Amino acid sequence: MTAAQWLDLALGVLTVAGLGAITLVSRSFFMLPEREWQLPQWLQRGLRYAPLAALMAVLGPELLMREGEFLRTFADARLPAALAAMAAHAWKRSMLLTISVGMAVYLPLHMGLGW
Amino acid sequence: MSEADPASSRPVAWRDLPGEPEFRRGILAMAPTALGISAWGLVTGVAMAKSGMGTAMAIFMALVAYAGSAQLAVLPLLAAGSPIWVIWLTATCVNLRFVIFSTLWRRYFGLLPLKRRCTIGYFSGDVTFVVFQQRFPEQRPGPGREAFFWGASMTNWLAWQVPCVTGIFLADVIPVSWGLGFAGVVALLAMACSMLQGRIQAMSAVVAAGAAVAAYALPLKLNILVGIAAAVAMGLVAETLFPPRSRVVQRTDVTPSPKEPRP
Repeated sequence: MTAAQWLDLALGVLTVAGLGAITLVSRSFFMLPEREWQLPQWLQRGLRYAPLAALMAVLGPELLMREGEFLRTFADARLPAALAAMAAHAWKRSMLLTISVGMAVYLPLHMGLGW
Repeated sequence: MSEADPASSRPVAWRDLPGEPEFRRGILAMAPTALGISAWGLVTGVAMAKSGMGTAMAIFMALVAYAGSAQLAVLPLLAAGSPIWVIWLTATCVNLRFVIFSTLWRRYFGLLPLKRRCTIGYFSGDVTFVVFQQRFPEQRPGPGREAFFWGASMTNWLAWQVPCVTGIFLADVIPVSWGLGFAGVVALLAMACSMLQGRIQAMSAVVAAGAAVAAYALPLKLNILVGIAAAVAMGLVAETLFPPRSRVVQRTDVTPSPKEPRP
């Protein structure tokens, strides 16, 4: 390998190692301090809403947007699939069934009709 | 956390894990969602291979970074040869929601030694937290929690990494146009449905999704943080506006099952 290739490789390894460190530090962040500490009471109460909110914040754009724009049509396989999945979940509360029903509605509409 | 027993400050021994009932419970709790996570991992692996970073580097990245959304976010930056600090800043912003999760993990694992806390942090994810919180709704240290965590997290790791590496190798064969990645979205949706309890939480969930859509144009996936902040604010405001009757979470707190005197 030439010197330039070595440099490229080293930079790539450094970049990825940094990404690993970012994963470690961000996910451990508030577990790092040894000393006992408390968040303010109101924030502790408020954070109860955070886990579900995080899922919903990821889901919202995944279900309602296409290429950075709000959906302009109902002819999108994701909408009926999401509704069917939610109905399946309300009915049986089974994760496996929910995913299966969602995909069973999604795949034919997406692949067959191009929705 | 001050009055907890000393056992909560002792990390679980790795060799004891397979025999722990909570370890198996963690595996079983994670198993149904693993399907969706696997589909997502596969699609991410394909995307990494197609970005032209090379097979070895893609595998190295999958194994070290272990962060699906961050990996996807930095792909175009890597391909464009962006400076390293831009790549790191992007990954940090995408990971910020886990900083919020770490305050919650601390309530369970704050008494463990630093090294173990970091190991737990590295392997934790949002789906893992949801599954974990459903098993242990009371956010405090106690027996079985770490074993359950490792059962769920190791399942999550395998369900993500095996398909991801498979996707890197089989990038040319796997049909991305089928939209298999949508299985991951449906899995998240099912998770979200199972967490819903009470009107206030439902409202804050809708606000989170709406705010994240509205703020989508923000760079670095910061719309997710906007969604979380809006949902937390919505929850707090609604709690003060509506009578406690509509607060399911609070109601369950004040009705412990009466203790029967043992004969």
